[in-house]
Amino acid sequence: MATVDLHVESQDVHAHDDHEHHELSFIRKYVFSEDHKVIAKQFLISGMLWAIIGGGMSMLFRLQLGFPGSNLDWLKPLLGGWIENGKMNPEFYLALVTMHGTIMVFFVLTAGLSGTFSNFLIPLQIGARDMASGFLNMLSYWFFFASSVIMFCSIFTETGPASGGWVIYPPLSALPQAMSGSGLGMTLWLCSMSLFIVSSLLGSINYITTVINLRTKGMSFLRMPLTIWAFFVTAIIGVLAFPVLFSAALLLIFDRSFGTSFYLSEIYIAGEALHNMGGSPVLFQHLFWFLGHPEVYIVLLPALGITSEIIATNSRKPIFGYKAMIGSIFGIAFLSFIVWAHHMFVTGMNPFLGSIFMLLTLVIAVPSAVKAFNYIATLWRGNIVFTPAMLFSIGLVSYFISGGLTGLILGNAALDIQLHDTYFVVAHFHLVMGTASFFGMVAGIYHWFPKMFGRMMDEKLGYIHFWVTFVGAYLVFFPMHYIGLAGFPRRYYSWTGFDAFNSFADLNSFISVAAFVTFGAQFIFVFNFLYSIFKGRKATENPWLSNTLEWTTPVNPGHGNWPGELPQVYRWPYDYSKPGAVLDYIPQNVPLASTPESNLPHEAEQLLEEQEDALSSNAH
Amino acid sequence: MTTLLIILGVVLVIAVLALLLKTQSLLNVLKESYKSRVDGANKWHGVFFIIFFFFLFIGMFVYHFSVTKYYLPEAASIHGVETDNLFWISMFIIFIPFVLTHILLFFFPYIYQYKEGNKAHFYPDNQTLERWWTIVPSVVLVILLFYGLKLWTSITSTAPETSEVIEIMGKQFAWQVRYPGKDGKLGAYNFKRIDANNEFGIKVEDANSQDDFIPRELHFPKGKPVVLKIRARDVLHSVFLPHFRVKMDAVPGMPTTFWFTPTISTSEMREKTGNPEFNYELACTEVCGRGHFAMRFLVVVDELAEYKKWYATQQTWKSQNEEYFANTLKKYSNTSKTAEVQSVKEHSSL
Repeated sequence: MATVDLHVESQDVHAHDDHEHHELSFIRKYVFSEDHKVIAKQFLISGMLWAIIGGGMSMLFRLQLGFPGSNLDWLKPLLGGWIENGKMNPEFYLALVTMHGTIMVFFVLTAGLSGTFSNFLIPLQIGARDMASGFLNMLSYWFFFASSVIMFCSIFTETGPASGGWVIYPPLSALPQAMSGSGLGMTLWLCSMSLFIVSSLLGSINYITTVINLRTKGMSFLRMPLTIWAFFVTAIIGVLAFPVLFSAALLLIFDRSFGTSFYLSEIYIAGEALHNMGGSPVLFQHLFWFLGHPEVYIVLLPALGITSEIIATNSRKPIFGYKAMIGSIFGIAFLSFIVWAHHMFVTGMNPFLGSIFMLLTLVIAVPSAVKAFNYIATLWRGNIVFTPAMLFSIGLVSYFISGGLTGLILGNAALDIQLHDTYFVVAHFHLVMGTASFFGMVAGIYHWFPKMFGRMMDEKLGYIHFWVTFVGAYLVFFPMHYIGLAGFPRRYYSWTGFDAFNSFADLNSFISVAAFVTFGAQFIFVFNFLYSIFKGRKATENPWLSNTLEWTTPVNPGHGNWPGELPQVYRWPYDYSKPGAVLDYIPQNVPLASTPESNLPHEAEQLLEEQEDALSSNAH
Repeated sequence: MTTLLIILGVVLVIAVLALLLKTQSLLNVLKESYKSRVDGANKWHGVFFIIFFFFLFIGMFVYHFSVTKYYLPEAASIHGVETDNLFWISMFIIFIPFVLTHILLFFFPYIYQYKEGNKAHFYPDNQTLERWWTIVPSVVLVILLFYGLKLWTSITSTAPETSEVIEIMGKQFAWQVRYPGKDGKLGAYNFKRIDANNEFGIKVEDANSQDDFIPRELHFPKGKPVVLKIRARDVLHSVFLPHFRVKMDAVPGMPTTFWFTPTISTSEMREKTGNPEFNYELACTEVCGRGHFAMRFLVVVDELAEYKKWYATQQTWKSQNEEYFANTLKKYSNTSKTAEVQSVKEHSSL
């Protein structure tokens, strides 16, 4: 370990000397940058732009669902030919649903969340000058950018973007004659996602390497903040799962363009029988969900990590059960790979397989429950400061519980028969994965904004943003449980054709209105964000009085993060309100020797041993 | 012009907001209020969480009782009643931690809000607590799991021999159903035989297909097990019979099945719901394209005697398409016998 550190430091010192000789050009500094902080901001801003596009799409389809039959001609300037005689084209509706899912899951909550915070926090919190490979990191962003450009272009194709649902199940996605979105739109979707996977893999490999190799002196694994643990494990999940999606996409490309039959068999469509024999659409579902389910945790774990950090800091208490939290992250990560087929109970898969996956699925509730309980125990007898970040973190825990509990119902194969592909599922995953992760991302932005931009975001606007979003998102997603119980299927353009599904028109309008208000409130945040970058109050070095290493850097950390030597770590990151201590926090770089008044018995012992060691080595 | 006005208005609002913010942050700097750990709003958040707690739970209950009639419509199959029971038991079980955790989560912020001079309680760990809140959820899960497994196994078990066999085929964008006729056996099919006359691709030379019939609505006998042979001919579809708690994907190239026993006839359901117009319906729940939302098919549950009567009066597909049948028969009887036998074998297990 020590040798690696030395090596890196000497290299970086050398790099520093270079910078004093010549300032980087604008392009190298802000565009093709290898600095992890700049790359993080690039991911963040791209993620926010995508969130506005993806969220905006949901507004369009909520308009259709909440007010079916209303005249949408006023949207013609935006949507053009997709509005026909004042009505939204049903295929365009499906395209909106598909793109909303794709954008939110991959471009916002994977790239925007992991890309931003793993990049920004890993070097800063483990005490490294930068990522293990700045170049790969830069490539990771620009692959993501290329993928974004392709996906964005696909929205404007004449035949429309991919429209078979974000899960792109073949044969629908494989056959252009099945729907217009399966033509050029689907091709672009597959290209874009392939590049996205490359970007994600480059990023993940970098995160893993950096965490393993570049921790500063004293930063043992068990002294890492939970954020780092979460990012680390997330990256491992990504490396193991994304290649499977890549192979699924590749086989789909083959089926679409080269006449193979991996997923296609015995199809008669558009007046002709296709030649394809022997493939299986269910194979694609297995491959897709082998990524798809871990993906849920790729999205959620970083948010949980961020929350752990923010709740501990603002409760002024150590996170409760640090080791149990790490254990549950590993438990969730491991189990996330062996539960995928719970998305497929009613696909015709062997029912015995269903039983196994039901068992494994319910097991995953245990580590999740432990996490929720630990957050609440952290609040207990705290001295809670409600920063906007803290509010969003508490909100996350609430959504995590509300959405997670219904997972016990959906994970039960017998109950899933009725609820599968209804709005109950939509409610479930929007609460537990969508909103919870989104809250984690927003909390992270509020919390680390001072370190990113050297200024503070406005708290008052943050409070308004939180309360409108928190109440609003509940009003949007909670009622969907009722609609789902009534049997309303997902991805329906309109329900009025069925006697069974023609109730709840008022509730659907209500959900839509709540969605409009909640979406509107996000612009308060966008305004606050942009305004504060330029005009916010100047931040101090450690505005939240936090323990982790990033707050020991200057207000605007330069290239290399710490101007002098790298900080050394002497303790875990959660020494908040330690009995005997003068202040209610002790940063990780404060030696045990300088806090004799607050050292716990085992720490005093450890200190004594270290001093003895030092003495004896001096004597030699 | 209006667009211009709107844009101007938005710009104005943003400018005013920016100005207000700047003034406020300057005032804060003057008052040095940023030096205190919390601002005036800190005490209100705790209150808001408590208000929200009551809002959430009261709203949930009031709404729940006002719409109970709509959701989980009365189960009209044997297994449906059982899964509904399990659903409500599970709901009750998950409701307990839902309320308890939210009481703690929303009341702690009020109770433990920041107070000048207070110090949080340094409490990093408690093995006993951790153990308990791992064990208790596990035990509850095991109970739910076993109940669920038992049900799932019985629902997915092999259909009884005496079941009524009905074929459902999904296509863009309609359902089609086929009954085996008097012999109780569905004729073999091949997707290559599909054309405008022969939507199912039925093999006319197969003896079993002679008496198959293709009605315009789905009829189930009350009290008798029904096994659905489900397939799709173009893309994925999913058979969803909400009142019978039945859902199974229709997969091209991989026929699936689902069996269940209807327990309430259409006329009984009309009485129960007080809706003389009531009808059972079949819907699609796997996105299949433009018309996905419109794949409605009418379902009727008859008393057994009525069902038999209806069954007997249906015209066979053959009798409706005499000419087509004869022509096709001619075409395929010429081909080599062995190849046919083989492909009949291939599909007879379906």
